[in-house]
Amino acid sequence: MKAIVTVGLKPGVLDVQGKAVAGALKELGFGAVEEARVGKVIELDLAHITDREEARAQVTDMCEKLLANTVIESYRVEIPG
Amino acid sequence: MKSAVIVFPGSNCDRDAAVALERVTGQKPAMVWHKETDLPESLDLALLPGGFSFGDYLRAGAMAARSPIVAAVKRHAERGGLVLGVCNGFQVLTETRLLPGALARNGGLRFVCRDVPLAIVNNNTRFTRAFRETRETVIPVAHADGRYIADEAELDRLEGEGRVVLRYKDNPNGSARDIAAIMNEGGNVMGMMPHPERVADPSLGRMGGWAIFQSLAEAA
Repeated sequence: MKAIVTVGLKPGVLDVQGKAVAGALKELGFGAVEEARVGKVIELDLAHITDREEARAQVTDMCEKLLANTVIESYRVEIPG
Repeated sequence: MKSAVIVFPGSNCDRDAAVALERVTGQKPAMVWHKETDLPESLDLALLPGGFSFGDYLRAGAMAARSPIVAAVKRHAERGGLVLGVCNGFQVLTETRLLPGALARNGGLRFVCRDVPLAIVNNNTRFTRAFRETRETVIPVAHADGRYIADEAELDRLEGEGRVVLRYKDNPNGSARDIAAIMNEGGNVMGMMPHPERVADPSLGRMGGWAIFQSLAEAA
């Protein structure tokens, strides 16, 4: 089973990379860009798990223990399919 | 003083820290690999050095904070043992939650590597007593992720309890309230972004780092 984790800085935490990306897009003429936030995507292949809720629970635990620093980051877990 | 320098894959200030510790204390520190599960017996100080542990993958300090030796460093801290985290070591200490807050990408996005003037906010700590009446020093920084972040209540608490130990006089990274170094509640764990091991040799001129190690030697 696959899981996709998206991690990003919490709203309100200054995202300097996002600011730089938004600035560069504006310079390219994309005037519609108001804000950009840069995060990361972690794709996981999970063996021996067939239950989606079990997968979600395990991946949430992984986020809390390592994948996100919940002091400044939030995360989202998706189980596609 | 009996000290240990923790070595992670990607640490690069571990040997400088060892040289500085030996010079100041007269005793060679133990170099302890991250896979070890225990620190040496009757240890006074565990030093988490600067560098790029595990390549800064995922987040600076994230993997190192989950390594076996850091569990032992936590137990040492909980017993009241001295812990100093320098740069990447500070990032490891926030990742383990031994210190509050987090260190994020520098405000200016760039890696900053230069001497920074610092205010010694609290000179009555186990890390700064040897500065005596000196209230300012200069210690170099070298980091990309040094912007200290914590919520307002936490920042107020740190300031109110005298746990902001060093402040930048000319903030190089956008740190909240110009914070360069903080301590835990017990006053036995400190994290600092500047590198004291780089200014602990008289032949290099500056000696700000010497006072930090001297303080620890006196505290032990």
